[in-house]
Amino acid sequence: MLSLVIPIAFALVGLALALTLWRLLVGPSPADRILALDTLYVNTIALLVLLGIHLESALYFEAALLIALMGFVGTVALCKYLLRGDIIE
Amino acid sequence: MLDYLLSFLILTGAVFTLIGSLGLARLRDFYTRLHGPTKATTLGVGSLLIASALYFSTRGAGLSLHEVLVTLFLFITAPVSAHLLAKAALHLRLKSLAKPPEEEGGEA
Repeated sequence: MLSLVIPIAFALVGLALALTLWRLLVGPSPADRILALDTLYVNTIALLVLLGIHLESALYFEAALLIALMGFVGTVALCKYLLRGDIIE
Repeated sequence: MLDYLLSFLILTGAVFTLIGSLGLARLRDFYTRLHGPTKATTLGVGSLLIASALYFSTRGAGLSLHEVLVTLFLFITAPVSAHLLAKAALHLRLKSLAKPPEEEGGEA
């Protein structure tokens, strides 16, 4: 059952990543692009967790945790740049 | 039994992730686009992380709690970043499809 479901889940998350990448390239405003980047890192965490289950390795959680931390900091910094025109005042 | 539960959680997570990104790609103005991924994608990733925690907890080597850490962090930071993005969009005066609210006390 799991060996059937995991490839389907990989395909669905991959499609989600492709749609997000399209919005990142097209996005009319800078805020759209930042939102696309934010969604991109959340989707990447989903993909990494799936890979961890698929390969039966707990090694990928550290990577997922690091991506979560750095992605949040990046989103906040970019939003701050849009709001104030500067990151560190 | 556990196999079916895990499969259900993984499929739910993947489908919600796809729905969130579909909303990001298809909806028509920024504020509706903000609504899609910040809710659906967070739920999808949460479901996948629960599946992973169950999977690694039942394979020996004791309880696996890394996933709870990632889940907690994501669930705390997603609303914060959505709030900041909405503030940035308001600052840029992006157009919304919704009608502006009526002015209060204009005629009374």
